Amino acid sequence: MAERFTKSMARNIYYGGSFFFFLLLLGLTFDTMLELPERDHRENITPSVANGKHLWEKNNCVGCHSLMGEGAYYAPELANVFDRRGGSNEQVFKSYLRAWMSIQPIQTPGRRKMPQFNLAPEEVDDIANFLIWTSRINDNDWPPNIEG
Amino acid sequence: MKFESQKVAMPYFIFALILFAGQIVFGLIMGLQYVAGDFLTEYIPFNVARMVHTNLLIVWLLFGFMGASFYLVPEECDTELYSPLLAKITFWVFAAAGVATILGYLLVPYSALADLTFNELLPTMGREFLEQPTITKIGIVIVCLAFIFNIGMTILKGKKTVINMVLVTGLIGLAVFFLFAFYNPSNLALDKYFWWWTVHLWVEGVWELILGAILAFVLIKVTGVDREVIEKWLYVIIAMALISGLIGMGHHYFWIGPGTYWLWLGSIFSAIEPLPFFMMVVFAFRMVAERKHQHGNKIATTWALGTAVMAFLGAGVWGFIHTLAPVNYYTHGSQITAAHGHLAFFGAYAMIVLAIISYTMPIMRGRPQGNSIAAQKIERFAFWTMCISMLGITLALTAAGAWQVALQRLPESGEALGFMAVQDKLAPVFWLRQIFGVVFLLGLIAYFCSFFVGETEEEASDLEGLTPESAR
Repeated sequence: MAERFTKSMARNIYYGGSFFFFLLLLGLTFDTMLELPERDHRENITPSVANGKHLWEKNNCVGCHSLMGEGAYYAPELANVFDRRGGSNEQVFKSYLRAWMSIQPIQTPGRRKMPQFNLAPEEVDDIANFLIWTSRINDNDWPPNIEG
Repeated sequence: MKFESQKVAMPYFIFALILFAGQIVFGLIMGLQYVAGDFLTEYIPFNVARMVHTNLLIVWLLFGFMGASFYLVPEECDTELYSPLLAKITFWVFAAAGVATILGYLLVPYSALADLTFNELLPTMGREFLEQPTITKIGIVIVCLAFIFNIGMTILKGKKTVINMVLVTGLIGLAVFFLFAFYNPSNLALDKYFWWWTVHLWVEGVWELILGAILAFVLIKVTGVDREVIEKWLYVIIAMALISGLIGMGHHYFWIGPGTYWLWLGSIFSAIEPLPFFMMVVFAFRMVAERKHQHGNKIATTWALGTAVMAFLGAGVWGFIHTLAPVNYYTHGSQITAAHGHLAFFGAYAMIVLAIISYTMPIMRGRPQGNSIAAQKIERFAFWTMCISMLGITLALTAAGAWQVALQRLPESGEALGFMAVQDKLAPVFWLRQIFGVVFLLGLIAYFCSFFVGETEEEASDLEGLTPESAR
């Protein structure tokens, strides 16, 4: 580096630059918080949806599945499972999910196993409602197709 | 070693390495479960193995950072550590809490662990990387505060060097951004938005300050280059890291709810993110080329250079290949992400901890100019084995990811293969990854062996220094 570029200049870039960009991040976050209610449709978070999220977390579903692309990549993406397995029909999806959860673990040798969580039917419905709500978040049209 | 109190670093390093070995074992279990889906699933379901694998990684790196701080801060400050006793207490509390948490994951179903730890009072569990029970999270905060208090008081009474200041701002940032782990609203979009304030602002933010400070310290020691030069570089590198990394967080906001301007901001700023890592490579090689003395601990120099190179490849290059929004639209949440994650974490953070251990451990064991030539030879073998096999793991996962995108994401709905069908097709590359994983384990075993090799008789008595109890 040129001699003219002094240590104090480098220090100022560090402190000044980081401070500026942190303030910018705070500003953008504030703006995003104003915009988010229209994109996440939070008015539709019923107690059932909230409990669904709680059950999702309590059973560590994200340890195998991904949700909006985040989580583990061992089992299918579930942010669009409502469209994939329910054909966007809430009743169809709920019946599907109840049936699916009840037959786990599927005993095919060598197949990846989903544990049996022994959830009550209403709890499975809560998870279904959570996944239905999640599928309606405006996520800039991700994933590219229905397979996730 | 200039100060007696620096030796509190030793149990931190030893425990970090034990957890590292555990992390690799669970990685191998998961790798096998990818191709033999029913392997051990009755005892260790995949989600448990993964939680153990990633949580051990986080915790061993934190132990490494703490050990590094306890070693280098007194030396930089030119004074004894404020409280060696507090450092020892912090160690045992953190170690006990860490072990209890991992045992909890392994011994009871996760939902039972949530009930046992009163998760419903303040639900924070069940989110990727933040799976720790709430009481463990509170424990982490207390340990961090005690640790930062100890380091901060040492710096206050001693010299305030650039390395000290950068390190301590990194550590304070680590503690502050961890607080977002306690925010878990019912609204998933909000939850995810602020979840990244811990996850991204750690690994692509404040941890880079810690990495930079440790790397600068090691380079000063092994090259003898003028501190002024190194400090100027350090400032520029971490400035670039923060400037690009703060708004670069936008690359996580593409597909989880936030608005469209993040597609632009995230892409542009994360395209700059490789720059500080590239500068780190230039910096490290230049300092070594301009070295003022030949340090006897040659392998420590190798680790320092290796950190810069592998961090650039993993965080820089592999980050960049899928960071632009139009690309990420297809690669998000695929095995490409896993490939990047593996090389970035190993190159940047695992290797910097191994670098500081490689430099300091011989000194703490009474060999200021490094281990014997025979021991360094084995450590060098371990270095290359681990680096090459991690590159192999990364390339295998990259191939898996590209293939996955081609089969599952690129075709239209109706023509695309489903997730599980694609996973079956990827089995050959997952096997290849597993083979490289086994080679990595061999490298790690060689690394552990290097601690016990090439001792003369009187040196051999030092070996009992390898148990935490005797490190005082």
